[in-house]
Amino acid sequence: MPRIGVFVCWCGSNIGGVLDCPQLAREAASFPGVVYSVDYKYMCSEPGQNLIIEAIKEHRLDRVVVASCSPRLHEETFRKALARAGLNPYLLEMANLREHCSWVHAKEPEKAQVKAVDLVRRAVAKAALLQPLVSSQIPVTKRCLVIGGGIAGIQCALDIADAGHEVILVEREPTIGGNMVKLDKTFPTLDCSACISTPKMVAVASHPNIKLYTYAEVAEIGGYIGNFKVKIKQKARYVDHDKCTGCGTCWEKCPSKVPDDFNGGLGTRKAIYIPFPQAVPNKPVIDANHCRVFNNKKCRVCEKLCPTGAIDYEQQDTFIDEEVGAIVVATGYELFDWTKAYGEYGYGMYPDVITGLQFERLVNAAGPTGGKIKRPSDGKEPKTVVFVKCVGSRDEAKGKSYCSRVCCMYTAKHAHQLLEKVPDSQAYIFYMDVRTPGKGYEEFYQRTVQDGAIYVRGRVSKIYQSGDKLVVRGADTLLGRPVEVKADMVVLATAMQPAAGVETTARLVGAPVDQDGFIQEAHPKLRPVETHTAGVYVAGCCQGPKDIPDTVAQASGAAAKVVGLLSHSKMSTSAMISTVNEALCTGCMLCEPVCPYKAIEPKVITERLPGQPPRERTVAAVNSGLCQGCGCCNVACRPGAIQVKGFTNEQMLAEVDAICL
Amino acid sequence: MRVELTGRRKERENLLIQVARASGQNIAKCYQCGKCTAGCPVAVEMDIPPHQVMRLLQLGLKDEVLDSSAIWLCASCATCTARCPRDIDIAAVMDALRARAGREGRTRSAKTIALFHDIFLNAIQKHGRVFELGLAINYNLKTGNLFKDADLGRVYFTRGKIGLKAPKIKGGDEVRRIFQKVKQMEAGE
Repeated sequence: MPRIGVFVCWCGSNIGGVLDCPQLAREAASFPGVVYSVDYKYMCSEPGQNLIIEAIKEHRLDRVVVASCSPRLHEETFRKALARAGLNPYLLEMANLREHCSWVHAKEPEKAQVKAVDLVRRAVAKAALLQPLVSSQIPVTKRCLVIGGGIAGIQCALDIADAGHEVILVEREPTIGGNMVKLDKTFPTLDCSACISTPKMVAVASHPNIKLYTYAEVAEIGGYIGNFKVKIKQKARYVDHDKCTGCGTCWEKCPSKVPDDFNGGLGTRKAIYIPFPQAVPNKPVIDANHCRVFNNKKCRVCEKLCPTGAIDYEQQDTFIDEEVGAIVVATGYELFDWTKAYGEYGYGMYPDVITGLQFERLVNAAGPTGGKIKRPSDGKEPKTVVFVKCVGSRDEAKGKSYCSRVCCMYTAKHAHQLLEKVPDSQAYIFYMDVRTPGKGYEEFYQRTVQDGAIYVRGRVSKIYQSGDKLVVRGADTLLGRPVEVKADMVVLATAMQPAAGVETTARLVGAPVDQDGFIQEAHPKLRPVETHTAGVYVAGCCQGPKDIPDTVAQASGAAAKVVGLLSHSKMSTSAMISTVNEALCTGCMLCEPVCPYKAIEPKVITERLPGQPPRERTVAAVNSGLCQGCGCCNVACRPGAIQVKGFTNEQMLAEVDAICL
Repeated sequence: MRVELTGRRKERENLLIQVARASGQNIAKCYQCGKCTAGCPVAVEMDIPPHQVMRLLQLGLKDEVLDSSAIWLCASCATCTARCPRDIDIAAVMDALRARAGREGRTRSAKTIALFHDIFLNAIQKHGRVFELGLAINYNLKTGNLFKDADLGRVYFTRGKIGLKAPKIKGGDEVRRIFQKVKQMEAGE
């Protein structure tokens, strides 16, 4: 027979103000197995914990029930108290009298008291069946994989590498830098984006602890926290980067011109190219879709001209295997494709209706116009420019329900840049709200208003071409009147959405995505850089729209988590995980597909029964590094062979009986 | 009526400068929270509520503001001024707009109010302070509403609140000189 102690906490007046705690303790003394019960003002306090420890020793308690708050708050506290008293910490059961009773039933204290008695009876019934549990140890590979080489991935990789751990940074584009290097100036301080990001790119390339794979993708991920096995696909560049010196002769002479995606399709690049002059690595790749050689035409100009013989049209994709202990997903964002959704803005058929990122390239000194604001259709300098915010954002009918968080600020910046660069220009900004939550942001917006930008509150209902003007029709809802602007150019602040391929990456790492396709963080407030898969972290816009300061902060946060994990050569796993009773398991493997963490796989065991020859059969096996103790397998298991430790069928049924019978 | 916003930059800027010169207030700062309208005791009677007066000025739509009754209905109680989070003295703006509308003869929407202002100021100029009886009779004659508030006048008279003779004050000359100075300043604008 177990010897159970019940400790009822007042939590000051949180519980004590509603429930009669001394009466509860007296009642608990009559439950089967209870040899000691007591109430106390603050059980989590030092004297409260000492009360538990003393009682365990004095009354030789071997199970403890604490009736207080949610186990999410103090289960760990009381487990440690048990351990200090020499008991296995898992011989603790909590009854949640606060969140589940006194807070929600404060107006009905009598009924609350009855419920509280039931809650304690339930906990005592389960406690009687608790078994000591131990967590196991798994080794940790002290390396990290960072997927995505934008500012989030760069910052994260640098922070981890600076802490002394090896980092493998994988970027699918020919250069790292992501979207940030495309930007001209950054709000609210107007510092040049390239000036602050290219030094970090160079630091990545030259860091002894960082192994950089560009033009590469993660093809497979196996294993679990501390022990991931990664297969990286290095796409064929058709240029031998060991021989190439980046001299530039090839892309100067290449005859194929291709719309330049780095410049948002404004301007052209060659089929052999580097995306921009400060690219890292500063060596070209061949775009096989547009190269004449790969389209069965005569050319081979680059091969003939290359002074080091680096061109290799026969190059193939290669695969590299790496082992890491942690993974950071930092795959970033792309802009919502408004041309497929917004017919009233012309479905993209008016060349002078552009996106915010295209405007960035137009004002950028390294962009296709050398920093002169010229409209795409005829190269004229636009005098009247309309900026439309929330294109795709906050528009459930056409795009996304969420706010993209950066458009208010970059539109204010665009208007400021237009008014500064183009004399006698006019900026009209159609908005629904102006959201400026950031240091110095509201001040920046007000400065743009003072610059002369006209903010009009209302959505634009139609844009159409009339002569060489774009007629923009909207409403000033503050006046309650329709308004019209004849513009030279229109800039749409289109929504941010997760970069293409995020689902594939999420599936590879086993992290769920939310309804908008962003990677789901483990907890929106308290675990913002972790995912639901242990050892997999998240940084930057793949988790949700955010600006550069927030991205960098989150990347450093993820790096701190990774460094914490990699600082130990071994880690203990959770003790409350699934376990297979091999005698009962029929090997049906129904548990395998329902496991969200890919923690279950088949295993062949040899069975020896008396009087029979040994025979082999398949059973399920749980990987203790991957299992998170969610219990899906427990539900799926027909013979009841899989149980979650600490939540066994017997324990759960005892709880149900204690409440219902 | 659709508002054409294009190409009004000069108009807008000039109007903002003019309002700033006349009232000392920067209209561009207004962020349209509506607190002025919310607290205004006469906003319900206005054709354009105070925050929309600010908005029309921001967009350079001068005529609509100057022809409105709102600027004349404003009682100059300055509740809006006291409460404005952007520190704009809205009552001062209203005053400046009234002065300009008056000068430009744009009093169609509020003839009697403008008339009252004129008679009031003339009385001050002449007597150095208000002469209530003269003002009331003058106003009633000019509006053709001869017996307006006559009952109230009797009560005031019997209680000695208004007199038959125009008051004489010290410094009547100074007041007249103030009026002259203002005229000169307005002519110089």
